[in-house]
Amino acid sequence: MTVTEEAPLSPAGNPMGFGRMIRKEDARFLRGQGNYVDDVNLPGMLHGAILRSPYAHARIVSIDTSAAEAHPKVKAVITGKILETLKLAWMPTLSYDVQSVLCTDKVRFQGQEVAFVVAEDRYSARDALELIEVEYEPLPTVFDARHALDADAPIIRDDLDGRTDNKIYDWEAGDKAKCDEVFANAEVVVKQSMIYPRVHPAPLETCGSVASMDKVTGQLTVWTTTQAPHAHRTLYALVAGLPEHKIRIISPDIGGGFGNKVGIYPGYVCAVVGSILTGKPVKWMEDRSENLMSTSFARDYHMTGEIAATKDGKMLGLRVDVLADHGAFNGVAQPTKYPAGFFHLFTGSYDYPVAHCNVRAVYTNKAPGGVAYACSFRITEAAFLVERMVDCLAFELKMDPAELRMKNLLRPEQFPYTTPTGWEYDSGDYPRALKEAMRIAGYDELRREQAEKRAAGETMGIGISFFTEGVGAGPRKHMDILGLGMADGCELRIHPTGKAQLRISVQSQGQGHETTFAQIVSHELGIPPEDIEVIHGDTDNTPFGLGTYGSRSTPVSGAAAAVVARRIKDKAKIIAAAALECSVDDLEWEHGRWFVKGDHDKGQTIQESAFAAHGTLELPEGVEGHLDASVVYDPPNLTYPFGAYIAVVDVDMGTGHVKVRRFIAVDDCGPRINPMIVEGQVHGGLADGVGMALMEVMAFDENGNHLGGSFMDYLLPTSMECPSWELGETVTPSPHHPIGAKGVGESATVGSPAAIVNAVLDALQIRHAEMPLTPAVVWRAIQGNPLDRPDLAIE
Amino acid sequence: MQVPAPFEYERATSVDHALALLERHGPEARVIAGGHSLLPMMKLRLARPEMLIDINDLSDLDYIKIDSGEIAVGAMTRHVSILDSALLAEHYSIFREAEKVIADPIVRNRGTIGGSFCQADPSEDLSAVGAALRATMVIRSSSGTRTVAARDFHDGPYQTLVGPAEMLVEIRFPIRPGSGSAYEKVERRAGDWAIAAAGTFVRLDGDTVADCGIGLTAVGVEHFACGAAEDFLRGKQATADNIAAAGQICHDAADPQADQRGPVDYKRHLARELVTRALTRSAARARGEKV
Ligand SMILES: Cc1cc2nc3c(=O)[nH]c(=O)nc-3n(C[C@H](O)[C@H](O)[C@H](O)COP(=O)(O)OP(=O)(O)OC[C@H]3O[C@@H](n4cnc5c(N)ncnc54)[C@H](O)[C@@H]3O)c2cc1C
Repeated sequence: MTVTEEAPLSPAGNPMGFGRMIRKEDARFLRGQGNYVDDVNLPGMLHGAILRSPYAHARIVSIDTSAAEAHPKVKAVITGKILETLKLAWMPTLSYDVQSVLCTDKVRFQGQEVAFVVAEDRYSARDALELIEVEYEPLPTVFDARHALDADAPIIRDDLDGRTDNKIYDWEAGDKAKCDEVFANAEVVVKQSMIYPRVHPAPLETCGSVASMDKVTGQLTVWTTTQAPHAHRTLYALVAGLPEHKIRIISPDIGGGFGNKVGIYPGYVCAVVGSILTGKPVKWMEDRSENLMSTSFARDYHMTGEIAATKDGKMLGLRVDVLADHGAFNGVAQPTKYPAGFFHLFTGSYDYPVAHCNVRAVYTNKAPGGVAYACSFRITEAAFLVERMVDCLAFELKMDPAELRMKNLLRPEQFPYTTPTGWEYDSGDYPRALKEAMRIAGYDELRREQAEKRAAGETMGIGISFFTEGVGAGPRKHMDILGLGMADGCELRIHPTGKAQLRISVQSQGQGHETTFAQIVSHELGIPPEDIEVIHGDTDNTPFGLGTYGSRSTPVSGAAAAVVARRIKDKAKIIAAAALECSVDDLEWEHGRWFVKGDHDKGQTIQESAFAAHGTLELPEGVEGHLDASVVYDPPNLTYPFGAYIAVVDVDMGTGHVKVRRFIAVDDCGPRINPMIVEGQVHGGLADGVGMALMEVMAFDENGNHLGGSFMDYLLPTSMECPSWELGETVTPSPHHPIGAKGVGESATVGSPAAIVNAVLDALQIRHAEMPLTPAVVWRAIQGNPLDRPDLAIE
Repeated sequence: MQVPAPFEYERATSVDHALALLERHGPEARVIAGGHSLLPMMKLRLARPEMLIDINDLSDLDYIKIDSGEIAVGAMTRHVSILDSALLAEHYSIFREAEKVIADPIVRNRGTIGGSFCQADPSEDLSAVGAALRATMVIRSSSGTRTVAARDFHDGPYQTLVGPAEMLVEIRFPIRPGSGSAYEKVERRAGDWAIAAAGTFVRLDGDTVADCGIGLTAVGVEHFACGAAEDFLRGKQATADNIAAAGQICHDAADPQADQRGPVDYKRHLARELVTRALTRSAARARGEKV
C-alpha cells in the first residue's frame, strides 16, 4: 500500500502524489496575504466587545447600562435580560449541558460574559465597557477540583434542577472485579498520583467572528474562527432557531486551533444577535487575555494510577482513578458515548491483561472546556498517565525503563488487538519503533555518559515515552457529537481541461490541507497537485462533515478524498474504453493514464478523459456525462498511530533549571503524504510538549483569580527551549484506510510531555514530580520538599 | 485587541522641548521611550496617562562613551546597543551577560536603559547592574541637572526620585581597572523576567578583595544591592568559603514574594546561589582568567 515507486514530477516540479513539496497555501501566507476573520471588513460594519466578570463566583445584583448607551458611538448594549427575551441567554454545550451566553443570574468563573457592547469602532466599544455599572455580590468559590465535592462546597450549577453537588458524571471502563483480583494477588503494586495541569491551546489567532444578517433575505453569514464550520451551521440552526439553509458559515484562514476553535463561544452568539438588532454586520474579536481566560482550556486531570506487576517486570494490570475538572459548564467536545473522551485508551502500547478506570468530573469556578490542545480526545492525559506509571514501576524495580517497555510492549503478532477497555488496535509494530528511537539516540552510549557524569557530579537524564493514539473519529455507529455522526463528505470535479476542484468537509488551521489533499488526489489520478484546488471552510461550497480536530482529517476526510478519486478513476476508465473503442477489461492504469494492455501507446490521459466526458463522445448505457463524483466516508475503525520518543536533559542542581539537550521522535503515521508537513506537525507538537512539561500552567490564586491572562504570565516555549529535533519513522500502514495513512497532527503533543518529565526525574533519581517542571518545582523536588500546590506554584 | 484608554500624544524634538511639555502637562503626562513597559500597562489600562511625550527622536541621548574617566550611557540607549557595545564589554562583562538574558531581540531593539531604570520594576535586570557597579544617575529639569546614586534612585517598586517635570538623561559607571564582573539569572523561559538574578564585580589586590559590588533583582533586597555582603567580603581573601559566606548574607537579606516564579525559600536560595556564582566568576576574571 505504500508507494515506493517514484512517480514523475509534475510540470511545476511537484511530486505527482506523495512526497515533499512546498505547501500550496504558503504563497499567500509568506506574502502576508492570508485572509483571517479579523481581515474581514464589511461596509457599515460595527464592532462588539464583551464585559467580563472580575469575580469567579458572584450573584449579579444589578446592571446599569445607561451611561454606555449614552456614549455617542454606541449602537446597542446587550445583556442577559435582552437575550432572555430571544431565548438566547443560555445555549447548549457540545456535552448536553447548557452554558450562559450573557449572565442572567450569577457569574461562575472569572472572565465570564456579562454584557456585549456594539459600537461604531472597536475603541469606542472598549471604552463603553467601562461605563457599564454592575453590582456583584461575591459568593464562596471552589476552583480546586479536589474540593469540589466537599460537603460545604458552594453549588455552582444551581441553575440546573435538583442540583445538590458539583458532580457532572461518574464513569468507568474496564472490568473492575477482574482488575481488583489481579491487584490483590500481584507481587508488586506501584501507586502514583499525578496532576496534568490546566493548560491552554493558545492559538496565535484569538477567537472571533463577523456576523451579517440580511434582514431582507433572512440570510445569516458568519465568518468565524471555527475548526468545524458545518457543525457550527447546524448548531446555530438548533440554538437560534434559524433555518439551516439560510445560514452560511465561512471559516477563512485560521491561525491555529488546537481544539480551541471547536465549540461555539458566547461572543459568536452575541455578534449574531448584535447584527440582528442593529441590522449591520458586527465584528467581535477577543483579545489575548480573553482568549486565555475564557476559552476552551485543556487537561486539568487529577489522576491516580496503579500498576500491578511481577517482580521481574511483567505488567499484569493497570487501574486509574481520575478527578476531572470541567470548569463551570460542561463544554467538552467529544463523541457522545464517551464522557471522558478516549481516556480509556490508557493502557497505551502495553500488554495489560486487565485494566480499569474510573473518571469523576466536577464543576468548578473556572472557565469551561477540557478537550483541546491537540489532545486526541484525552489520549494526551492517558498517554502521560501510562508512561509515567511505567517509569514509576521501573524506578521501584530498579529496571532500565527501555528494557521494561520492551518486555511489555504489544508484539506485532498480537494485532489486531483488543484492549481491556474495548479498543481494537488495527495494526502496529511497537518494538521496531522503540529500537529505532534507541538507535538514533545511541541509547547505550547515553547511559554510559550519564554514569560518567554522575560520577563527576553532573546531572543528566534520559526519558522515554511510547504512545499509541486512536484518531480519526469516527465510525458512525459509535461516534457522534450532539447526534451528528462523524462521517465526512467529499466532492471532486474534474473540469473539461482536466483541472480539478476537491471540496472537503474538514477545515485547515495551519495543517496544510490544501497541499496534502491535492497530493492524495494527485497520487490517485496522476493530476499534478498544482492543478487541484482544495476548497474548504465554507458551508455553502463544501459537503457536510464535522471538521478538523482529534487528528481526524487524514484518517477520515483524507480517506474520502482517496475514495472519491478512485470513483473518478473508475469512471475515466469507462470513458477511455468508449473513446479507445475497447473493453474496460482491456485497460491498464499508469500515472494519470488508462492504456490498452499490450499496446502502451494507445491510451487516454485523465485530462483527455475529462474533456471527452464533457464532450460529444457517446457513452455506454447508464453512464452520465461529466467527470464528477461525491462520497461520504464512514471510517470502519479509528487509525492507531504510535511512536517512540526519547528526551535527553541536563539539570542544573543548584538552580533547578532544565535544559532539553536532545529529543528523538520516531513516529509511525503510516505512509507520509507530504513528509515535510508531517515533520512540521511533529516539530510543533514537540515544542508543545516542552511547554507543558516545563512551563505551561493556568494558575489561579486563592480567590479564583486567573494568573495567566497574558503571554508574560502564561508561558509558551520559544526556539531557545527547543533542541534541534531528531526525527525518525517507521511505516506501518493502517489496513483499513484506503491509503494506509493515520493521523499525525497530535502525536507529538500526546507523546512528548512524558518523555521530558521522565528524563528530568531520571536525572534527579526521584520517582515523581508534578508538571510543569519549572526551576522552582525541580529545586523543591530536589530538596525532598515538593511544592504543595504545584499547579499553582505558589506557597 | 487590547486598546488603551484615550490619551494625547506629542513628539519631543529636544530634551528641553520634552521638559517643557512635561512642565506644561503636569503629573498626568508621561514620557515614552521604548514603550515596552509603558505600553503593555496602558493596553491593560493599568496605566492611564493623559498625555504621552515621545522621546524617541532624541538621538542625542543615545550614546555610550568615556567621559571624565567614567563610562557615560545616554538614557535613550537601547538594550541592543548595550549588548553590542565593545566599549562596555572591554570594561565590564556584566553588561553583555545581563543584556543577553533581558527579554528578547524584539524588546531589546526598542527598550532603553533610561526606561528600564525609570520603570523601577522590582525585577528589572539593569537596576541590579546599576546597583552592583554603583552607577550615578543624571537627572535633568528645566532648572538644571542633578545627580543621584543608583542605590538611592529607587524609592520602592515602580517609584524613582525623578520628579514629574524631570527626565533621566544619563547613567554613569565608574571604571575599575583590574576588576572582573558577571551576571547570573534564572528564568523559567528565555525572555521571561528573572525568578532571581545577581550581578557582581570584584576588584582584587593580590588575592584580597579590594572592592566589590553585589546587585540583586527580584528577591526583595532594598535598592537592588546587598551592602552587608560587600562589607563582609571587602578586605578578605577571594576564597570559595568567603564567597559562599557572602552568598549566605544575601540569602538572609533577601525578602522575596512568592509568585508563579517560585516560593520564598527557593528565591532566597537563588539569591545565595547566584551571588556565589557571579562572585566566583567575577573574581576569576579579576585574576585574568578567561571564564
Ligand atoms: C516581553 C518583555 C519581556 C521583558 N523582559 C525583561 C527582562 O527580562 N528584564 C528586564 O530588565 N526588563 C524586561 N523587560 C522590560 C524592558 O527591558 C523594557 O524595555 C524596559 O523596562 C523599559 O524600557 P523602555 O524604554 O521600553 O521604557 P518605556 O516603556 O518607554 O517607559 C517605562 C517608564 O519609564 C519612564 N521613562 C522612560 N524613559 C525615561 C526617561 N529618560 N526619563 C524619565 N522617565 C522615563 C516612562 O515614562 C515609563 O514610566 C521586558 C519587556 C517586555 C515587553
